Amino acid sequence: MTSNKNNWLSAPYTLWSAVFIIIPLCMIFYYGLTDKTGAFTLENITAIATAEHAKALRLSILLSLISTLLCFLLAYPLAMILTNMKISQHSFIILIFILPMWMNFLLRTLAWQTLLEKSGVINSILTFLHLPNINIINTPYAIILGMVYNFLPFMVLPLYNALSKIDENVINAARDLGADNIHTFFRIILPLSVPGIISGLSMVFVPALTTFVISSLLGGSKILLIGNVIDQEFTQASNWNLGSGLSIVLMIFIILNMIASAVFDKDGEGSML
Amino acid sequence: MRNAAKKIYITLIFLFLYAPIGTLMVLSFNASRTRAKWGGFTFKWYVELFQNDDILRALGNTLLIALVSSITAAFIGTIACIAMNGMKKRTRTIMMGVTNIPMLNADIVTGISLMLLFISFGFRFGLGTILLSHITFNIPYVILSVMPRMKQLNPSTYEAALDLGASPVTAFFKVVFPDLLPGILSGFLMAFTMSLDDFIITHFTKGAGVDTLSTKIYTEVRKGIKPEMYALSTIIFATVLVLLILVNLSPENRSEKIFKEN
Repeated sequence: MTSNKNNWLSAPYTLWSAVFIIIPLCMIFYYGLTDKTGAFTLENITAIATAEHAKALRLSILLSLISTLLCFLLAYPLAMILTNMKISQHSFIILIFILPMWMNFLLRTLAWQTLLEKSGVINSILTFLHLPNINIINTPYAIILGMVYNFLPFMVLPLYNALSKIDENVINAARDLGADNIHTFFRIILPLSVPGIISGLSMVFVPALTTFVISSLLGGSKILLIGNVIDQEFTQASNWNLGSGLSIVLMIFIILNMIASAVFDKDGEGSML
Repeated sequence: MRNAAKKIYITLIFLFLYAPIGTLMVLSFNASRTRAKWGGFTFKWYVELFQNDDILRALGNTLLIALVSSITAAFIGTIACIAMNGMKKRTRTIMMGVTNIPMLNADIVTGISLMLLFISFGFRFGLGTILLSHITFNIPYVILSVMPRMKQLNPSTYEAALDLGASPVTAFFKVVFPDLLPGILSGFLMAFTMSLDDFIITHFTKGAGVDTLSTKIYTEVRKGIKPEMYALSTIIFATVLVLLILVNLSPENRSEKIFKEN
């Protein structure tokens, strides 16, 4: 299989990725760095500094950082429990988290409206239990909830994969050498799961930072995230140059994320699949 | 005590993940048109679903795109893996880097970049542009599931087949392909699922008048979702669930092979 005769086999994919991955990204830079007449300009990029855009970007960064952190805090114990359950079928665990995707993502997110509304399901249960009601629909809190709900599987799966690859003998050796649970966790398990952590963090942070759907479904269309601004430039204002310029700003965050995954996860050990 | 705490924790997480799904299922039997109140139990949305041509057309588009794009992606991705296996490490690293771009990039950026490509090169927006976009984001799922299997292959078996007189093509299909098949299948299933659930990239690359279920739901959000949509997604979800249970119950446990974690 190592002969060079097979090299022509790479042609379809090389061609495909050049046309549909590389060239489209160049197009964003072309549009982002020119104005409507095609002349070079940085205005589309510096437009991020205007009050409205900067506010949207700040809010996006804040909400996505909070939801990434929440996802991590929820997912790490879950991944550890799942790993320790020693389920013989890894596939089963993956299935449980992939299964919800067979119900449309927009409908699942909309269902949270029904659950969270003033007289919704959750508040009815809380009233029944004589607990104070929660009113978070159409607030940033609902957006965070939507982000955590939608992206939690992307945190659980890489963590679960990384944790289940840890050799049990290493953990047993640590125990034999006198390490208690806390030491074993911080000196052995946590460092060995770093590829999964990095992969999970970027798998959640990027879609959360750039979403426009969750904010428009659960934020009551008054809260604008940077994704909403870009979406509007393309679908309503038809200002592709400005939309592309703002996308370039977003890509800076995405590229930083890619570099982090490349540095910490060289062998793809924390991959989702 | 600790075990009980663990069980409660897992249960709460699953309640969180599956509560919206349960809600949608309940809503599909709700006689009232608004989702805000319960108007009694009914099957009428299931009947009306099959008379709603708009929804059925969107369903047809969604399934067609998911099927064609994931099969094409499985084909291109598998060939790419075979090619990459024979490459120098440096070239392979670059190829894998490019493969990771659609995975790590934001959907909105991928969608916009493809939209700009199609506009600049005068593509006609429609099913074709959606299909090209879906193939593009599906190929990485196939490559990432097939590549680990490729690395586990023992090259000696292929060489042995050649030594025993098999042609390279026969040797490939008799010796290498069966070992890759589980990876290809799981990549195909991931790709199919992702294509089915995609909204953002379709949103930017679809033309006027062509809708998938996702884009149709998005345009309906403002005026209120038709309850037939809940009925349809309940049917889809229940079908997949039943299929999975059947596969899992079968004695040889085929799901393990299909969704085998590589």
